[in-house]
Amino acid sequence: MVRVASEILNGRVPEGPVDQIWDKHRFNMKLVNPANKRKFSVIVVGTGLAGGAAAASMAELGYHVKSFCYQDSPRRAHSIAAQGGINAAKNYPNDGDSIWRLFYDTVKGGDYRAREANVYRLAQISNNIIDQCVSQGVPFAREYGGTLANRSFGGAQVSRTFYCRGQTGQQLLLGAYQALMRQVGLGKVEMFARREMLDLITIDGVARGIVVRNLSTGKLEAHTADAVVLCTGGYGNVYYLSTNAKGCNVTAAWRCHKKGAYFANPCYTQIHPTCIPVSGDYQSKLTLMSESLRNDGRVWVPKNADDSRRPSDIPEEDRDYYLERRYPSFGNLVPRDVASRAAKERCDAGFGVNDSGLAVYLDFRDAINRDGEDTIRKKYGNLFHMYHKITAEDPYQVPMKIFPAVHYTMGGLWVDYQLMSNVPGLFVCGEANFSDHGANRLGASALMQGLSDGYFVIPYTIGDHLARTKFEHIPEDHPECLAAIQNAQSRIDQLMSVQGRRTVDSFHRELGLIMWDHCGMARNKTGLETAISQIRDLREEFWKDVRVLGEGESLNQSLEKAGRVADFLEFGEIMCVDALNREESCGGHFREEHQTEDGEAKRNDEDYSYVAAWEFDGVGEEPTLHKEPLTFPNVPPTTRSYK
Amino acid sequence: MSDETLNLTLRVWRQDNSDSEGEFRDYKLSGVSTHMSFLEMLDVLNEQLIEAGEMPVAFDHDCREGICGMCSLMINGQAHGPDNATTTCQLHMRRFQDGDTIVIEPWRAAAFPVLRDLVVDRSAFDRIIQSGGYVSTNTGNAPDGNAIPIPGKVQEVAMDAAACIGCGACVAACKNASAMLFVSAKVSQLAVLPQGHAERTGRVLNMVAQMDEEGFGHCTNTSECEAACPAEISVSNIARLNREYVRATLVNRD
Ligand SMILES: Cc1cc2nc3c(=O)[nH]c(=O)nc-3n(C[C@H](O)[C@H](O)[C@H](O)COP(=O)(O)OP(=O)(O)OC[C@H]3O[C@@H](n4cnc5c(N)ncnc54)[C@H](O)[C@@H]3O)c2cc1C
Ligand code: FES
Repeated sequence: MVRVASEILNGRVPEGPVDQIWDKHRFNMKLVNPANKRKFSVIVVGTGLAGGAAAASMAELGYHVKSFCYQDSPRRAHSIAAQGGINAAKNYPNDGDSIWRLFYDTVKGGDYRAREANVYRLAQISNNIIDQCVSQGVPFAREYGGTLANRSFGGAQVSRTFYCRGQTGQQLLLGAYQALMRQVGLGKVEMFARREMLDLITIDGVARGIVVRNLSTGKLEAHTADAVVLCTGGYGNVYYLSTNAKGCNVTAAWRCHKKGAYFANPCYTQIHPTCIPVSGDYQSKLTLMSESLRNDGRVWVPKNADDSRRPSDIPEEDRDYYLERRYPSFGNLVPRDVASRAAKERCDAGFGVNDSGLAVYLDFRDAINRDGEDTIRKKYGNLFHMYHKITAEDPYQVPMKIFPAVHYTMGGLWVDYQLMSNVPGLFVCGEANFSDHGANRLGASALMQGLSDGYFVIPYTIGDHLARTKFEHIPEDHPECLAAIQNAQSRIDQLMSVQGRRTVDSFHRELGLIMWDHCGMARNKTGLETAISQIRDLREEFWKDVRVLGEGESLNQSLEKAGRVADFLEFGEIMCVDALNREESCGGHFREEHQTEDGEAKRNDEDYSYVAAWEFDGVGEEPTLHKEPLTFPNVPPTTRSYK
Repeated sequence: MSDETLNLTLRVWRQDNSDSEGEFRDYKLSGVSTHMSFLEMLDVLNEQLIEAGEMPVAFDHDCREGICGMCSLMINGQAHGPDNATTTCQLHMRRFQDGDTIVIEPWRAAAFPVLRDLVVDRSAFDRIIQSGGYVSTNTGNAPDGNAIPIPGKVQEVAMDAAACIGCGACVAACKNASAMLFVSAKVSQLAVLPQGHAERTGRVLNMVAQMDEEGFGHCTNTSECEAACPAEISVSNIARLNREYVRATLVNRD
């Protein structure tokens, strides 16, 4: 039985009609007077859309900011890889969009497991983001006459997605990066690249600093400030294979969790329907083919399971366009969770293509015939190029083969409406928090959320915290700093001293398989229980048999990986615990025990309309569950239907 | 797709840190699938090295899909290897033959010191951007996104230049280790867009000055940079940079 905290977890959403909360709250928040801002310092970990935007905007306000990332340059955060686009409620196409509709779609798309007030704020801010990015010189696609262009994404019936070819994340990130570099040049931001956060420093329960390892030298450093903003991205790499970058990790968030921060809804992961299928056991990552492709590509499998003809030889009547068949009103543009499960269903039933049987076709034939190859190239050229590179097949000639892959994590550290965790002074933005997407994220909304949090939310809410709190100066040799450094050092020493036989990667792959098999697209009680015991065994074996060569005090990539995998081995367990606890199917979390007759997810609003925020009680110990109840006065829950 | 395997000799640059002397070491690797990416091939090498008790080869990488610009490597003397418009992480082993010897080195440039093995320090690029590669617009100041129409063609030119991934292949491919292509891409993007106009003069002067200070060499005009660029940044940007620079020196009154 799960231990449930008796007190209700409070998201601290201000009272009032949902469309007025943010404006009123901005008025009610305390301000730091401009002259005083320079006396405050803020640590921002991560330089993706969330962290880059947050660090630049807070520095513009006058705060002294220290910014950290593990890559060699802040410009390489994994936001760079986002392809398809970013949503906003501009209603430029005049197709009936509005802030309310974006709000509604996002709450519904999240399968009624997100906090309404946060989502409304996100929709409200969405328009400012586009303006801000345009003014930075982000080259969004434009119509012939020079106005901004839009395209459609899954889960919406309006065209509200802004894009830069297939490289939207790159361009948005470079905009934020350039704003950040400007502040570095002005001396307002101190930049620390090639630093990995290994611990949170708390003093009297308040977040006041971090411990990082300098990845070039291996030296540990303590950094202190008046607040810490964590923007460290998602944890999809717990599955080993995902569309995340190789360095994406849960380490920063997990170490905060171990210092008291609650982890919310860790089991909510997004399996993206359109990725290039696995080709061999050496595979190191999976590559996404943007959802925007479903605007023009049609998804199908052969009607006959043993049809071995080449796809181009299979006539129309022998093709099963199963998304169009099952979901006539949204067709190929159903949300991701629905599209992924439908692909899995076809493959499980034996209709999959590719040698593995684990793929479906995404076919551009009709779009090319209709619009011409040039038009398609203009929209998706770089994606087609990428596909061609990886598979050696030309998608202008033959349909792409695609399969679902782990892509995004809706779960993350719990935050209140101010984006502050339950540890005072620790704020969490972007994919690293849990707040806006519920159990399923709609396409083009993560970029929106990262930039909303970074440009337009945290710069205000941090001021409120700073203005309300009394700060003493914390020197970097404060006993708590030294203790945190010691703590990080002893974990490194432990990793180096095992001197076992197995490589770090071999453990990571094994963990990934356990997670994919039992806590992936479909989950059930027995599987999750098996996974928990397998993870425990694997963790034990890791600490007995992992091999990390070299020294701690040098550039040592095996050691970096070992630290991350050690944390995934602890974290994977809590994902399964969360999935086991949630006896319902919602969004990306599909419990086989809870489905309708035609295989659709069956939510249980009566018992599970809450955020599950877990409190750490020791490695391998059952965590304590804190429940934040969710209410939907504005978007009453219905069965999500895309039929 | 044929599922062949290759037996290879890898001649890899090994260097413990920036102060130590480096050297090439040869490694045999067998049974390499032609479907592997180049970096997956190095992963396999590293697994083999670790099992044999030798330090794995350090190399930079992150996204492994050609967009973050973190991967590098001179492969048989070519930045990012033999394919056009391809980063090392997108290069696949089907490009090589059974029995090949593949020489793998770090970017070589005075402004990119080696940190370990194949990992170099490219922070000079960040400092160049700090010197002016931005539009000075604080959060919250922006007019409506459609306030200034930008003709589709202008936007396309800006986007072509903005596609630079900042990997440094242009520098590595140039015998003078010049950073002109990198600098020109940012200067061009912001010079053609109306948003960049206000700071046009200072931007180009400051960025070029910083480039020189970092120790990058002069342009050779041989377009090796363009040939090596995985993002297909055109040398026409260098021509625009030169024009912008001349214009700036004429109008600059500071
Ligand atoms: C392939 C792909 C395509 C996508 N396409 C889209 C799209 O079209 N539209 C959309 O809306 N969303 C898309 N997404 C999702 C979206 O890109 C991400 O959710 C979002 O960019 C995350 O931004 P972030 O700032 O939270 O984190 P990230 O951009 O991941 O940044 C994390 C930062 O934290 C740092 N960091 C991490 N761990 C540590 C540590 N331990 N110590 C120090 N620093 C650390 C990293 O260095 C990095 O700077 C896509 C995602 C992927 C993977
Ligand atoms: S690893 Fe990102 S571009 Fe190669």
